[in-house]
Amino acid sequence: MKYLCLVYGEEEKIATMDDHDCLAVDAALRGSGHCIASEALQPVATATTVRVRNGRLAISDGPFAETREALAGFYLIEARDLNEAIQLAAKIPPAQVGCVEVRPIRPIREQPRSGLAAQAAAE
Amino acid sequence: MSTPAPAATAAAIDLVYRTESRAVLATLIRLLGSFDLAEEALHEAFRAALEQWPRDGMPANPRAWLVSAGRFKAIDGIRRQARFSPLDLDLHDAGVDGPDAIDDAALEDDRLRLVFTCCHPALALDAQVALTLREVCGLTTEEVAAAFLTAAPTLAQRIVRAKAKIRDAGIPYEVPAPAQLPERLHSVLRVIYLVFNEGYGASAGDQLTRHDLSAEAIRLGRLLVALLPDPEAIGLLALMLLHDSRRAARSTADGELVLLDAQDRALWNRAQIAEGVALVERALAQRQAGPYTVQAAIGALHAQSATPEATDWTQIVGLYDVLLRMEPSPVIALNRAVAVAMRDGAEAGLQALDAVLESGELSGYRLAHAARADLCRRLGRRDEARAAYARALELTRQGPERRFLERRLAELEAGTGAAVDPAAFRSTNG
Repeated sequence: MKYLCLVYGEEEKIATMDDHDCLAVDAALRGSGHCIASEALQPVATATTVRVRNGRLAISDGPFAETREALAGFYLIEARDLNEAIQLAAKIPPAQVGCVEVRPIRPIREQPRSGLAAQAAAE
Repeated sequence: MSTPAPAATAAAIDLVYRTESRAVLATLIRLLGSFDLAEEALHEAFRAALEQWPRDGMPANPRAWLVSAGRFKAIDGIRRQARFSPLDLDLHDAGVDGPDAIDDAALEDDRLRLVFTCCHPALALDAQVALTLREVCGLTTEEVAAAFLTAAPTLAQRIVRAKAKIRDAGIPYEVPAPAQLPERLHSVLRVIYLVFNEGYGASAGDQLTRHDLSAEAIRLGRLLVALLPDPEAIGLLALMLLHDSRRAARSTADGELVLLDAQDRALWNRAQIAEGVALVERALAQRQAGPYTVQAAIGALHAQSATPEATDWTQIVGLYDVLLRMEPSPVIALNRAVAVAMRDGAEAGLQALDAVLESGELSGYRLAHAARADLCRRLGRRDEARAAYARALELTRQGPERRFLERRLAELEAGTGAAVDPAAFRSTNG
């Protein structure tokens, strides 16, 4: 199963961490075949939020919501089940000062929902 | 066969249902990969049993028979519904009469798998509790809802969402690996203790104890110890038995609260106490005592005191010191302060208590105020006692407790009332 591990933390705390620790974990995850993709992110100050309403593009500075813990990076991993995904996520260094959200991927290509079906299902 | 098969009366089949259905369900969940499919399969299996056993006699191994029957019916149902044959289903030994590799050891493992899955920390705690009571203990949704004073549809939704999370997030049906076991066991023990507490000192409503839940928790505790004799599991079972042993003495016929030092100890269940004490010793012997074991040891000291005066408060304070090192929680510090009052007098106890209250963490905890009220009352500090009783009353949601505190307050006003042991309030710990 694929999971997205979203790495969150207070930016000042994450900034004090040694990148080499993160790189070592990343290398291990890639080497074991668990990691499909992974990246660190620039700080939230560099973020831009895009919304389209009524055909009009609205752009704003910053993340979609101001939060104490900000998104710092991600790992897209392949794991046997949630227990394995949790064990892998726990190795990510920022988990010690922040947290890692582990979310299963929805198989949208294999099972695409049409909007109307979703509405009917909700009734 | 030289002996005839035992009579498969309705009563006998009912007994099999009551003793085996949970284990059968646990195995069917593993074989079918789904809670819902397994539940349907269980029903189908018992329907088949009701048809066939009166005719053919009780099978030698009812459990294995039911598992086979359930799996067969489920696979049959799936095949009829599927548009193409599911290649990954093993249909070879789906036959009811076929040789079955399902042995008792595997079935016991499945019960453990079920417990750990229902108590997975990725599920919300109230979902863990609901799911465990429903799937492991076999309570109906309505029974679980009633026990927790929740509306049945709300409870039903909670269970549906929990099963959906298990499915969608990929929570596996397995016993955790040894490295993860201690932490995962903690999750299971917490659920069991929560269920016990809910039954022991009902948090709201007018019944002091809902002993059905306590009995259920004890049953769960026994199951866990039988499957996984971890010292803390043993300690928790001991703790529950020792608390439960006082059930008959804890309230009057009218349902009014009777504190520990006022309880008629002749009403204490000696069999439960003996069992609890033996379990404490067994847990301590393994030299890995954890918080539940230490709390059970405290309970054992109370249980073994013939009278309140005979209570060994020095040992109890010592045990609280140990407990506090393991789990530095304000509630435990509160209980320790109350024990200090018994060992060293109300003044010393009040000092210890106020030190805990300073942090402010217990400001919303009714038992902290009740304990302070009582110590102040013993010291003749009536205004402080009155204020503390009033605060405790604001916070209590439970009929018998509320009436007890009101009586104390009234006694205070009237200048009457005997000194009481605040330790007699059983503080719930998390």
